[in-house]
Amino acid sequence: MTKTDFSALMIAGFLAAAPLAAQEKPVLNVYTYDSFVSEWGPGPAVETAFEAVCGCDLRFTSAGDGAALLARVLLEGAGTEADVVLGLDTNLTAAAAESGIFTNHALGPVAFDLPVDWDDPVFVPYDWGYFAMVYDKTKTASVPADFKALAASDLKIIIEDPRASTPGLGLLLWVKAAYGDRAGDIWAALADNIVTVTPGWSEAYGLFLKGEADMVLSYTTSPAYHLIAEDDDSKAAAAFSEGHYLQVEVAARVAASDQGDLAERFLAFMISPAFQSIIPETNWMYPAVIPPGGLPKGFETLITPRKALIFPADEARKARKEALAEWLAALSR
Amino acid sequence: MARRALPIGPAGWLGAGSASLVLALSFGTLGAVLARSGGWGVLGPADWAAVRFTITQALVSAALSVLLAVPAARALARRQFRGRGLLITLLGAPFILPVIVAVMGLLAVFGRSGLLNGALGALGVAPVSIYGFQGVVLAHVFFNLPLAVRLILQGWLAIPAERFRLAAALGMGPPEIARFLERPMLKETLPGAFLAIFLICLTSFAVALTLGGGPGATTIELAIYQAFRFDFDLGRAATLALAQFAICIAAALAALRLATPSGFGAGLDRRARVQWGADGAALRIADALILTLLSLFLLAPLCAVLAAGLPNLGGLTAPVWFAALRSLGVALASTLVALLLALCLALGIVRLGGGRGRALETIGMLALAASPLVIGTGLFILARPFANPATLALPVTTLVNAVMALPFALRALLPAVRDEDEGYGHLAEALGMRGLTRLRLVTLPRLRRPLGFAAGLAAAMSMGDLGVIALFADPGHATLPLQLYRLMAAYKMGDAAGAAVLLMALSLMLFWLFDRGGRVDADA
Amino acid sequence: MLTLERLEITQEAFHLTADFSITPGARVAIIGPSGAGKSTLLAAIAGFVEPSAGRILWQGRDLGPLAPGKRPLSILFQDQNLFPHLTAAQNAGLGLRCDLRLSPAEMRDVGTALERVGLAGLAARKPATLSGGQQTRVALARTLLQARPLMLLDEPFAALGPAMKAEMLDLLAALAAETGATVLMVSHDPGDALRIADQTILLAGGLARAPQPTGALFAAPPAELAAYLGTPGTRPQRGPHKP
Repeated sequence: MTKTDFSALMIAGFLAAAPLAAQEKPVLNVYTYDSFVSEWGPGPAVETAFEAVCGCDLRFTSAGDGAALLARVLLEGAGTEADVVLGLDTNLTAAAAESGIFTNHALGPVAFDLPVDWDDPVFVPYDWGYFAMVYDKTKTASVPADFKALAASDLKIIIEDPRASTPGLGLLLWVKAAYGDRAGDIWAALADNIVTVTPGWSEAYGLFLKGEADMVLSYTTSPAYHLIAEDDDSKAAAAFSEGHYLQVEVAARVAASDQGDLAERFLAFMISPAFQSIIPETNWMYPAVIPPGGLPKGFETLITPRKALIFPADEARKARKEALAEWLAALSR
Repeated sequence: MARRALPIGPAGWLGAGSASLVLALSFGTLGAVLARSGGWGVLGPADWAAVRFTITQALVSAALSVLLAVPAARALARRQFRGRGLLITLLGAPFILPVIVAVMGLLAVFGRSGLLNGALGALGVAPVSIYGFQGVVLAHVFFNLPLAVRLILQGWLAIPAERFRLAAALGMGPPEIARFLERPMLKETLPGAFLAIFLICLTSFAVALTLGGGPGATTIELAIYQAFRFDFDLGRAATLALAQFAICIAAALAALRLATPSGFGAGLDRRARVQWGADGAALRIADALILTLLSLFLLAPLCAVLAAGLPNLGGLTAPVWFAALRSLGVALASTLVALLLALCLALGIVRLGGGRGRALETIGMLALAASPLVIGTGLFILARPFANPATLALPVTTLVNAVMALPFALRALLPAVRDEDEGYGHLAEALGMRGLTRLRLVTLPRLRRPLGFAAGLAAAMSMGDLGVIALFADPGHATLPLQLYRLMAAYKMGDAAGAAVLLMALSLMLFWLFDRGGRVDADA
Repeated sequence: MLTLERLEITQEAFHLTADFSITPGARVAIIGPSGAGKSTLLAAIAGFVEPSAGRILWQGRDLGPLAPGKRPLSILFQDQNLFPHLTAAQNAGLGLRCDLRLSPAEMRDVGTALERVGLAGLAARKPATLSGGQQTRVALARTLLQARPLMLLDEPFAALGPAMKAEMLDLLAALAAETGATVLMVSHDPGDALRIADQTILLAGGLARAPQPTGALFAAPPAELAAYLGTPGTRPQRGPHKP
């Protein structure tokens, strides 16, 4: 590559990185996690759909995953440029609420299609899913019905580290919610089933698909991806009788935002069919309000847990420290 | 001969300038995090366990990498065969691959359902597990053995042909050559190579976690992660990062103390075939065996990556290709920055010499011990008052990648700069060649080979590094490694495998082009 | 005139003093046992070694503050006199401009100098493809182009055969005569001194003695020289063969 080509490329790169020329339209800054804004996530379609109705410029800023997103918002504090933060889950909202960065929404009562009641004044859910152990039907014949059966079996599982990943934290709280003080014993019994613990969902799921384990911690909705996008019905989620822990993903307005009205309109848009219909086949989660067209074909094949487990936000925060200590003690041996 | 006491001089100032930049990026960012947190954190027993595990696995990984690299580098140095150049280039691949890609490749070979266990199962032998301490070490050796081989091979090639000629004339066989030529060279080369690999393994995060099998394999970097995002405890993150630096500095001082200059002096760049006195059949077979095993160990996982991704390469969409272009731009820019920094630092180290030189050399290695998370967060805190971090994503990635590649570029350049100084310093001074003149006419031409190698490394590393872009990410301007992770996060494992092949191919191409550019028409 | 004014060089256990002048245009050999400090004395004059006391003056001007390249002298080392990656012409051309930005006229001068030392047609060759004698000629061509009034030679011909060495010494003498340069030449071979040096400095026992006419010195060697030469007795008895 010649020098000229090279500098042209660099200049192009930096120009492209520079903010677009000032526009007349108001700008709504939405902070979210990285996979939301990727070309394969909901971000691009959401941006197009909202900009078509808002007369504004919707700008996404991404930061790792949900926990990294919260860390970033806490780092920026009250001076954050965000108008809306989208992508925290109930295991993170207590710390988020305590920071005082967020403010109440004005949506009024909404009929959410959630397995649990929802009346949080600040955080608005946009999608949800159950954590589940996902397996390959063609390879695993006897599927455990609960964590005890899993621990007693010689099935190999891959899980995510609760310190580095939100699904990992979800599993930690799942076992805690199901077994309370006996969670440590469950982890000790599971220790010989665990092949390894990965830093994130992508690594765990990738290893599972490579055949490194019989089961992986993911979501009950995961098989829908394979069915719909790949026409592959071999993946399934194991239904556990203890119930399944719920991950509810939420968004909230930033109190100090100078685009309060716009942010409020975004939250309303977020629970509208235009947004909600994008979710199932991009985020591969259940929409918080099922759009009039219903769920995409294929979702009806997914298991429906008999019981939804979830810690209220402040309890989740209290539980996680103790749960982590139990987890570390049981698995470090 | 005692040298005239020289003033610090421009090379010294440039070296000090580079060093300050590295210090600013490492300790400056740490300071920013600390200032934000309002004080140091307290390390608990789990943190100390992480410190112990980190040091242990890094020591074992580095020792094993260096030990295995010595026979491999010697076999590569003394044997000529078709495809040798290609093999040397390909051997560099594991080092420059993104962690997740390399881990997938390793698991295809060594995993529970990998080739090795498949073969063992067919033979009725119990499977071996890659998960656990042995897996962490295996992966670290896989990543770093190529680097060790290259660094040590450079040492072998730096022994002037004249010395080998002398050895041959004296009727020396392999044992004598080993004693009089190779061991002094190894004494100079090994501590640096060991140190570099030790430090790389020190900051290991994803490898140790993915293959470690459980929280027993918690490294300091993972503890920093936990402090940042699980506990929101910036103070503890800063304290852990400081512990990481302390280990780095202690290791660097120890290694630099052990390293003794080999003092081979300069040769005449003769192309004469080096006489190794190792033409016996047994030695030839041994070398062939060593190279075959090395190639199998390093290339089989890469072939697995290739096999998994090649069918998906054609299906990659525009966002992936644009990300590839962006990554190329970042890689080229950060290569330029890395070479400038490394050259300034190397010249400063050699011209200043003594304690000041050693201090600069230690600082040059410091970036290896820097926690990417702390650097990213620190830069974020520092940059935010002045600009929207997202608009700085690419420049910051360029700079940080350059500083991350600096230790490697420095290791590659430093011996050659020393040789240039010892061999031609007096002549250049006597002729009044100074500053840019000396750089243009003496230093750069003498450094061509290591410069090419260093550029190749820096470019390939920058290409494959997820770096801080994840923290500064600007959604519309992802680099190729980030795009690869996004594909995985969207369940698109097939496309991710295709992107991994693209990434591997581009990294290798950059490395090959630069490395070859350093050798074509070079006089050595 | 080169003046070593109460010059002292101290390095660890090594000590050397010198206090004399050398007349302009003289060709002076420095002779003495190995380890006596012949190379060190040249290195001090060239500016690579800092004297512990005294001064080195050229035409009354103290050379102390000057960097090696700024001193009015050229130097040839025992080896490493050429850059392996530069051609013969480039190596020689460094004598004119050390940044090699040569004008066409200067390039012609380089060609002339190479011809003068007998290297016509070899300008584009690199040192590795030249013989030892040819390499020496390139270095001499460079010295010629440098045209400095003082030439220091630290046994650059030691590796050459006798006939070749004699040829180089004669070439050196001729070049010095053309430019009127003062020559200061380290040697361990009395033959070298007798061949081209009209004066000789005897360096032994930590003392560099003032230059004396070469013929007379060898005709009546003092004890140290006699010991070095391996001639019997400590008193002047008989001189070595006269060339």
